[in-house]
Amino acid sequence: MASLTPTIPIKLPETGRGGGGQPPVYHGGGDGGHGDGYPDYGQRLRRARLGLAIALAPIFMFFISITSAYIVRQGLPTFDDKTNSNIRDWIPVQLPLALLLLNTGLLAASSITAEFARRQITRQAALAPVRSIPGVSLGDERGFPWLYVTVLLGGGFLVGQWMAWQELAARGFYIATSASSSFYYLLTAAHGVHLAGGVLVLTYAAIVSLLHKPVEGRRIVVDVTAWYWHFMFLLWIGIFGLLWFMR
Amino acid sequence: MATSATIHSHAAPQGFIRKYVFSLDHKVIGIQYYFLALIAVFVGMFLSLLMRIHLIWPTAVLPLIGEIKPETYLSLLTMHGTIMVFFVLTTAPQSGFGNYFLPIQIGAPDMAFPVLNMLSFWTTFVAFIVMIAAFFVTGGAPLHGWTGYAPLSALTNSGPGEQLGADLWITSIAIFCIASLMGALNFITTTLDLRAKGMTMMRMPLTCWAWFITAILGLLAFGVLLSAGILLLLDRNLGTSFYVPLVVVNGQVMGHKGGSPLLWQHLFWFFGHPEVYIAILPSMGVASQLLSTFSRKPIFGYKAMVYAIMAIGILGFVVWGHHMFMSGMSPYSAFAFSIMTMAIGVPSAIKTFNWLGTLHKGKIRFYTPMLFAIGFVSLFVSGGLSGPFLAQPVLDIPLHDTYFVVGHFHLIMGVASIFGIFGATYYWIPKMFGRMMSEGLGKLHFWITFVGTYAIFMPMHYLGMAGHPRRYSQLTEVAYLHNLIPVQTFMTYAAFITIAAQFIFLINLFWSMFKGPKASDNPWEATTLEWTTATPPPHDNFGGHTPVVYHGPYEYSVPGVAKDYVMQTDPAPVTAH
Repeated sequence: MASLTPTIPIKLPETGRGGGGQPPVYHGGGDGGHGDGYPDYGQRLRRARLGLAIALAPIFMFFISITSAYIVRQGLPTFDDKTNSNIRDWIPVQLPLALLLLNTGLLAASSITAEFARRQITRQAALAPVRSIPGVSLGDERGFPWLYVTVLLGGGFLVGQWMAWQELAARGFYIATSASSSFYYLLTAAHGVHLAGGVLVLTYAAIVSLLHKPVEGRRIVVDVTAWYWHFMFLLWIGIFGLLWFMR
Repeated sequence: MATSATIHSHAAPQGFIRKYVFSLDHKVIGIQYYFLALIAVFVGMFLSLLMRIHLIWPTAVLPLIGEIKPETYLSLLTMHGTIMVFFVLTTAPQSGFGNYFLPIQIGAPDMAFPVLNMLSFWTTFVAFIVMIAAFFVTGGAPLHGWTGYAPLSALTNSGPGEQLGADLWITSIAIFCIASLMGALNFITTTLDLRAKGMTMMRMPLTCWAWFITAILGLLAFGVLLSAGILLLLDRNLGTSFYVPLVVVNGQVMGHKGGSPLLWQHLFWFFGHPEVYIAILPSMGVASQLLSTFSRKPIFGYKAMVYAIMAIGILGFVVWGHHMFMSGMSPYSAFAFSIMTMAIGVPSAIKTFNWLGTLHKGKIRFYTPMLFAIGFVSLFVSGGLSGPFLAQPVLDIPLHDTYFVVGHFHLIMGVASIFGIFGATYYWIPKMFGRMMSEGLGKLHFWITFVGTYAIFMPMHYLGMAGHPRRYSQLTEVAYLHNLIPVQTFMTYAAFITIAAQFIFLINLFWSMFKGPKASDNPWEATTLEWTTATPPPHDNFGGHTPVVYHGPYEYSVPGVAKDYVMQTDPAPVTAH
């Protein structure tokens, strides 16, 4: 016989054992509620969280590459045509520290409110089946609008970053002024764009909450965005630390 | 339970637009990617044809195109490389076949995020349109090569193609990065979360392993290329100096100061080297699948194959410096990069020996896909063997800017990957369109292409060793190159014949798609899940049920079993007693 495997490894399907085992049923995973009656939100949530965790990797790589470029550029000698020699030309940016600390405070607060919003909607989603029973009342439907507060604080952070740019420009640092100011604008803009994405998604979730759609689907959006939001906060701490301690 | 008729995540679409244009079905998206790559490969091939004509008839006036000026030659070179690497080698084997067959081979009804999948294709399409648009703007296409080295690429007045054309080029690459990241996210989530019951990671076909690892490489590499591209756009348009030092162009001092051209090279090659594996790994997976199927033998050393793919993926991230030996580098760094590069030879050799071990004493069926799989191994070895030479700085420095490198990467990354795509096409078209491709035309296509590609790219090694520089548009003026023109002439004629043979493929493809003999559900007697379902597969892939997997992917010629193959879904194969 030509075979190199002398026996057939017939095994029963392995379930519930780490990476291999799979839940046996697909009750309408993916996009919508086309399953047999009741979409499996638990599975959709797990999949969305996994997708987010994977999506954070390239975002991390993106900022890591700019950070390493920052560090390398800072120590790089540059040829100066006036003295005809190699000099270090890194001019520290005069950061508007008070404003940036205020912005950091806003973002930290928004990260906390995002977590409250996440926990609130998790509770609402867990109680949704109970609530659908006729005659059962669980008191106030809405609770404190953490979602709106998060959107406002996030928007406030973005406005604050814009004001920091104005401040920098007033001090004479434009994007092409020096390598340090180029990196400052680049890092803050890239972070701002990523955070603006989160603001848009949370705004969407807030608008959808007015449309009486099932709370479970909205919960997935809020949950994943809240984790993304925490990542954006940590990323900002990293960027701020780089800009301040390595200026 | 598992037999529920509504397992699919979205209902079958109605109407032409939702069904064929903005489809959420991974199979339609896979076909869209494949045809995008098919258009791109013919564009790229046409550009190479113009280059080959120009090399031996530099003053020829071509109809419609006119005379090819030196800067036009550089534009052709740039666009040929860019289109081939991004829109063919990255698009067809990973996004095309991966999209179509990854979910089916792991027993899933669709990708994890179908909407993201659709966006990923249409973003790639936009990137392609933007790239092609670079031909039609003032100054024409850029001339900085597919590697886009700064400061040439970072200054708007460094050449005729470096105006709007270069901006379009960078924008297209940036859009492509975003599309690839969306695709990679989908591939990884699907592989981790959507496998059928019993489909453990170590029961996945090697194609799935290759797509999975390739997706991880793309996930980590394309973000870096995106940042590199944004920095380049800022240098070009907002006056920053990330890449541009104090530089004088045409006697005029530019405003930039203090930037580092090496920074671009580091960022680019941190992406660029994994990109090489993004192009070749899916074809390795296809070759493994085909060699096992058509040798009627289990793949030799399945686990070793999996670990070799992983090792290649990991090592691929720590060798980018070997592209930069010429750029000036500390000898200690060069030594480290050199050792790491040669270390890749180990998993590559493991794979090669396992392929040969699979062929050894197999009952080989020489169908066209099998020929292309064997051709892949041949090209992989021929192209790979020059790798350890180029990995050594002392040898790389004289060889780097010669045709030797052109021969090396065309064999191992270009043509080998293309052979994987061809093998996959002949193997899977029956499943995708329900019709067999012509074996006669297929074999004719294989032999002309196989001999033709060797005839084009093998002599490049000799040209390189003779000191023939690459990227030069005109050879007639230089005495020592003059003697090498007959070799160039031979390569150009070989290219004519090889390119002509690709039309045999095109005819075979389209004729078979509509008029070929009907394919059965499992025409190759293969074992993986795509052959358990109908041909072509229904909208939810398995017609309302979820497959359950009992075996590894390559159970061929199992002793004691009546048939010479055991399907992955076969709970108790009929014994031969």
